[in-house]
Formats: sequence, C-alpha cells, structure tokens
Amino acid sequence: MTFIPNGFSGSLLAKSRSIALAAALAASTAIVPAGTALAQDGETITAVMHSGLRVLDPIITTAHITRNHGYMIYDVLIAMDENFEVHPQMAEFEVSDDGLTYTFTLRDGLMFHDGEPVTAADAVASLNRWGERDSGGQLIFDVTESLEASDDKTITWTLSEPFAPLLDIVGKQSAVPPFIMPARVAETPSSEAITEYVGSGPFTFVEEEFEPGVSVTYAKFEDYVPREEPANWMSGGKVVNVDRVVWTTMPDAQTAMNALVSGEIDYLEQSQIDLLPILEASPDVVVEVRDPLGYQTMGRMNFKHPPFDDEKIRQAALMAMGQESVLATLIGNPEYYSLCGAIFGCGTPLASETGSETLKAGGDPEGARALLEEAGYDNTPVVLMQPTDVTTLTAQPVVAAQQLREAGFNVDMQAMDWQTLVTRRASQAAPADGGWNIFFTNWMVPEISSPLINPMVNGRGDDAWFGWPEDADLEALRDEFIAADDAETQAEVAERIQAHVIETVNYVPLGQYLTVQARRSNIVDMIQSPVPVFWQIDKSE
Amino acid sequence: MLGYVIRRILAVIPVMAIVAVFVFLLLRLTPGDPAAIIAGDSATPAQLERIRESLGLADPLHIQFVTWMGQLLQGDLGTSIISNQPVTRLIGQRIWPTLQIGTLTILLSVLIAVPLGVLAAWRHRTWIDYAVMTFSVLGFSIPVFVIGYLFIKLFAIDLRWLPVQGYTSPSQDLQGFLSRAVLPCLTLATIYIALIARMTRASLLEVLGEDYVRTARAKGVKEHIVLFRHALRNAAVPIMTIIGTGFALLISGVVVTESVFNIPGIGRLTVDAILARDYPVIQAMILLTSAIYVFVNLLIDLSYTLFDPRIRY
Repeated sequence: MTFIPNGFSGSLLAKSRSIALAAALAASTAIVPAGTALAQDGETITAVMHSGLRVLDPIITTAHITRNHGYMIYDVLIAMDENFEVHPQMAEFEVSDDGLTYTFTLRDGLMFHDGEPVTAADAVASLNRWGERDSGGQLIFDVTESLEASDDKTITWTLSEPFAPLLDIVGKQSAVPPFIMPARVAETPSSEAITEYVGSGPFTFVEEEFEPGVSVTYAKFEDYVPREEPANWMSGGKVVNVDRVVWTTMPDAQTAMNALVSGEIDYLEQSQIDLLPILEASPDVVVEVRDPLGYQTMGRMNFKHPPFDDEKIRQAALMAMGQESVLATLIGNPEYYSLCGAIFGCGTPLASETGSETLKAGGDPEGARALLEEAGYDNTPVVLMQPTDVTTLTAQPVVAAQQLREAGFNVDMQAMDWQTLVTRRASQAAPADGGWNIFFTNWMVPEISSPLINPMVNGRGDDAWFGWPEDADLEALRDEFIAADDAETQAEVAERIQAHVIETVNYVPLGQYLTVQARRSNIVDMIQSPVPVFWQIDKSE
Repeated sequence: MLGYVIRRILAVIPVMAIVAVFVFLLLRLTPGDPAAIIAGDSATPAQLERIRESLGLADPLHIQFVTWMGQLLQGDLGTSIISNQPVTRLIGQRIWPTLQIGTLTILLSVLIAVPLGVLAAWRHRTWIDYAVMTFSVLGFSIPVFVIGYLFIKLFAIDLRWLPVQGYTSPSQDLQGFLSRAVLPCLTLATIYIALIARMTRASLLEVLGEDYVRTARAKGVKEHIVLFRHALRNAAVPIMTIIGTGFALLISGVVVTESVFNIPGIGRLTVDAILARDYPVIQAMILLTSAIYVFVNLLIDLSYTLFDPRIRY
C-alpha cells in the first residue's frame, strides 16, 4: 500500500503543494515495476464518482459532477495550473498595453466530436452563454464593449475599462468554467439545459449508454490533439491513455469500498474517512489525497432578520464558534482537516487569516456572552437549519448550535432534508414564517479563492448570495481588487477584504478538510488536482 | 370471468386518476425546488427564478396540472426535470433489473418456503417446527442490509465465489446476470421465505384440523397425498395472497437491496427523484407502482379459482 503524504498543515500547505505533487507522482510511478505494460487498446477504467451524473449542461449548474463531466468532453480556451497561473489551452492569448483588448487565437487541429472544426464563432457563443450564468463572467460582461470573432481563429474581447482579473476568471477551474461548445448548442438560453452533448475535449460522451444517476461512459476522442506541455491541474497536454472511462454511482459507501478491494472497480473518488483502515489494509489498493487544497466548511447568517441583522450579535456568534470541534466531529481524523481562518482558503495566493484568532482557538464563549449582553440580545430564537441527508453537512449545525447555546443564544435547530434547506434558504421571509437565521455548507477551495468568485463575498443586498448582506464598503473593496493590476496590490486588497468580512461577519469560515481517494495499484499517473481528470492516467496490466 | 377481468381493468382508471391528483398535489405541497438542484449552490435567487420559469415551475398550479394530465392522456409521462431525459426512457432502463431480481426472489422464496412451511406444519411441535419458526422469526427481524453485508463478506470477499455488486442484463450475459443476481436474491428471499413459510404453516395447521383431512387419513390415504393434494390446495388461498402482495411489495420496496448491491433498479430511481424533487419521475413512478399493485391483486384474485372451484367470478 502506498500513502501519499498530503503536506496539509495550515499555512505550510502552499509551500508543500509542489512537494506533495512530486511525492504523489513518485509514489504512483514507484508501484509500477519497470517494464510493466501499460494500457492496451480496449482498456477501460471504471470509476465510482462522488455523485451520479444527472444534469449534462455544465453551464446551467454548478454541480461538481457536471463540471467534471464538462472537463471530460469539452475543452477551455485557457486554464490554470497548480500555482493559480493561467496558461493557453485551446488558444494563445495577448493583452493590449492599455488592458482593454484581449485577443485569443485558437490553435490548429481543434475539432468537435461531430467532425466540425472549432471556430472563433463557437467560442464567442460559448463565452456569451457562460457570461450570463457565471458570477465572475457577469462582472466581465458588465465592462465588455464587444466580444467578436475577427476571423475563424481569432476572438477579440474589447472592454470599456481595464479588468485585470479577466484571464483568472476565464481560466478558473470551478465552479462554472467557460467550456467551448458548437455555436448551435451555445445559442441555447442559459436558463434552459442543452440537449446536444458535443464538445472538443479529450473524451466523447457515449449517449446511448448514459443512465442518469447510474452510469456514464466516455470514449477516447481519437482526433483530439493534446498540447505538448505536461499536464498540470487543468492546463497542459491532455493525453488519453485508455480507451474508455466508465463513471458509475454506488449509493452505498461500503459496497463501493468492497468493489474496489475485490477489483470490480478501478477508482473511488471519495472514500469515507472511517472506512479508510479497511482500504489501507488491502495490498492492491492505494489510498491518497488527490486535492491538497480540499474544501472549506462555513456558516452563513441571514442579514435581513433579527438577531443577525445586528453586526454585534453576528460578532458574538462568530466569537462563540470554534473550528476544532466542528472539524473533529465532521472528519474525525486530524490528518484530514486543518484549522484555517482564511476566507479565500489556506494554500491559495490570496490567503490571509486576519481576524480569525478566536475561530482557530476553539471559540470564546465568555467573550461572546459579554458581547451578546452588550448588544442587548433579547433571546430572539436563532433558526438554524440542519440537513440530515448529506453526510458532509450533518455535523456542523449540531456543533455550532451547541457552541451558540453555550454563549447564550436561544437556538432553534430544525432538521430537514437538503432539498428543503435549499428551498428555504431562498426565502427572505421572517424565520418564524418559513425563513431562517443560519445554515452551513462546504466549498471547494478554488471556488472561494478570490473576491470575484467567492459567492459569499458580495455585498449587493438582494442580488447577493443567500443571507443578502448589503455592504457598500465590501463592494468598494471588490472594485479596488478589480482595479489592482499586480499580484502584490491584489494581495493587499484581499487582506483588507478578509479583515472586513470577518469584522462584519459576512460569513464564518470553519476550517478546511480533505477528501481521500482510493485506486487499484495498477492505476497510475493520475494528476493531482481539485478536479479528478482521466487524461494522463494509465492502467498497467 | 372475462367480463369480471374487463370490469376490474376498467376500475383501474378511476383509481389511477385519484392517485394522479393526490400525488400531484402532495408533491407540490412538499417543500423543495428542482430548479435549486439544477442550478447548484452558488446560483443567485434571480438565476433560480429564470430556471424555474423555463421549466414551467413558475406557472400556476392548475396550469401545471392540466399540462401534465394532457401529456398523461396521450401516454406521455413527461421529461425528467433534472436529467432532461424522457421518463419512459428512464423507467425502461431501470425497471428490468428490478423485475428480474423480484421475480427470481419470489420463485426462490416459494420453492424453499412452501416445503418448509408444510414440513413445519406436518411436524407440528417438534424440533423441525421450532427450527423453521426460529429461522422465520430471524429472517423477518434482521434488517435486509445486514443480511446483504454478511452475504457479501462471506461469498464475495472471503470465498470470492461471487461478485460484490452490479448488474448485467441476462440478454447480454446470462452467466454474468446470474452470478450477480444470486446474492441480492438470497438476501431479499430471506425475508420472503420467512414470511411465506410462516403463512404456509399457519394455513396448513388450520386445514389439517378439518374433518375431511381426518376422513382422508382414516380412509388410509397416503400422508403426502393428504398433505399436498388435500390440505395444501385448501390452504393455498392465503398463501397465494401473501405471495402476490409480497411480489408487489418487493417491486416497490427494494431500494435498500438495490443500494447495497448497486443494482440500477426503479427503487433507486424513485428515491433519487424524491431527493431531487424530480416531479415527473416521482409522479410516473407512483402511478406505475399503483398499476403494479392493482394488476398483481387482479392476478391473485384470478388465481383463487385455480385452487378453490367454489370461487367464481
């Protein structure tokens, strides 16, 4: 058995990432003896993913499984590497000196799965549809003067004012990347799901074998021309070494584990932490952390209704909460979680932990109680929504409720299924009339790693994310971030945003945790990245 | 009898209509929003509203109902809100594994349970009777997922005789189908063997005390003829009832077994649809389940005539 050390320990994470990657690659290649034959024609990898694929439109939804499906069959113009640096993928890019014109030139040999060449018009239509749906895209289109295909290979994007983070947003790997589709597909309104699944990515979608929520099959796209650079996160050469990849869903974690141990499947994207000892005991299974950044778990309060419409009471709630108890209950094994007060996630370029001292120190119930008294809290019940059917979201509400009670809050914890929660959190009604005061959820770290893509860091009131903070100062800070034209200034503004978010308790970061994947030992050369990808991966005999 | 069958089939129409109205209203009164599932966690309220409108979920309830009923009357079960696939295609993909596993389970259960029940009744108050009854109580009491895990541990992990999970269509690979069907069928059959064996024993004990059985024995009829020709045939009506309702229950309630053995059947389809509030799929599945119940009940009623000539329709 091989275990890849994840190098995940607070602020050391960023530095250790490249070491962990090297270790991962070394470990995965080390298990293949010299001369071992790798995949032959007809080789299939059977993978159990974290969820069943049901929605096939990667623009209409932010579901991770659909995004992962998107990376299988579509390609992107530009893409990020593990250092959050953007590289050409389908297109080379140039930025004019005044920062107002971005020119993308499609590389040669790009072909859709239906045999048609990829043109600039396809890219323009795809970007337009994406821009209607993605929050970062919307910001770019707010300052877009024109986006047009100058010729078959050239896309010219002209802005009315400079927007320095444009490439970062277009090249981001989550939640909604701008996948390029044929123009006829991309002309579907962004509120309607597409019905044709033709991409230009390294795999084709085998539609006749698709069973929603059960199984999806991808076949190698023989005409795909990979880049020459080595694959790194979503950038670089997407060289496919297997013939087919089958994603299957197993609702029962124990069954999935048994199937991996017995060799009926090749790969398990997420394993339950408490089942790891069984997997680790199997000589044919490798257990490892693929994504060293992991997830941020967090709580969000409703700014519209008492008691959390009062900043001081929100501050008392934040002071009451401690990350360690939440993470220990949620994950259990300290090897797979880390205290982190950075709203942009530890291990990211904009990470700063300013203001998170009490969160990381386990909370301060006495201080919270004093603050609550000072704020004149009148024992208004706090309606805390607890989803009971999502394993990764059941612990946070229970622990937080206890911490809030210890600080003197009157907590009304209401159990419900996740579907009820997502419907109810959209309600702006008073908590007693079907509204709410606080709920918890998780984000992949790259999804919250910048003020322009972090959904919570938005102070536009009713147009903001659930909880609806109206915060002009936050919006001004975001404008400053957009205007910042170098990494140093961006980091400085991001630190001020961090301080502001914690001070106003825009939301409560409750730490980071890792997910653990497991594979048969003959599955090698998998890329370490937040998105599980099936290029480069190989299957030895 | 043909008239009776036609009347029963026609009676299905009002039953289904009532079920349809009830299911539609119940689902719309349940909190939940399929648009939120489609849009994902970071969608803004405005984006959700746009998706809701494009799906027709923002229309008034009576318009949604009329649209659905209109489709239904044309034999169109609609399109899944979540996966955008026709509901008939989804059901077509998922119903066969459930029907095949269900049928095999019931066959296996009847083949084992009826002789066991007869044996227990014949050897009433002996160790055989007690052993069958102990098995029966255990089989009915142990949760199906526990039995499933135990079978997997023993037959798939330790002995490596059978696969852990999965489903293969018998039309593609009969051996693969059978090897994968053995464990789920055995798991499900444990409960039904217990149930049917207990019912067979109880019915038979009642009949074995009747005068005509005593008369047959007094006439010197051989014991196996007494048991199987005279007693069992007269005890068959309640046994058939339990087998029939057991089959209907099996079809509609196999979700745990489907999860443990990773069988892509209609149980999982229904639960997934409920969790995602995929209204067209849930509505179709409940209508289908109701139809199965009505049909199975009809078959049970008709089967009575085979065992009891006094019953006429």
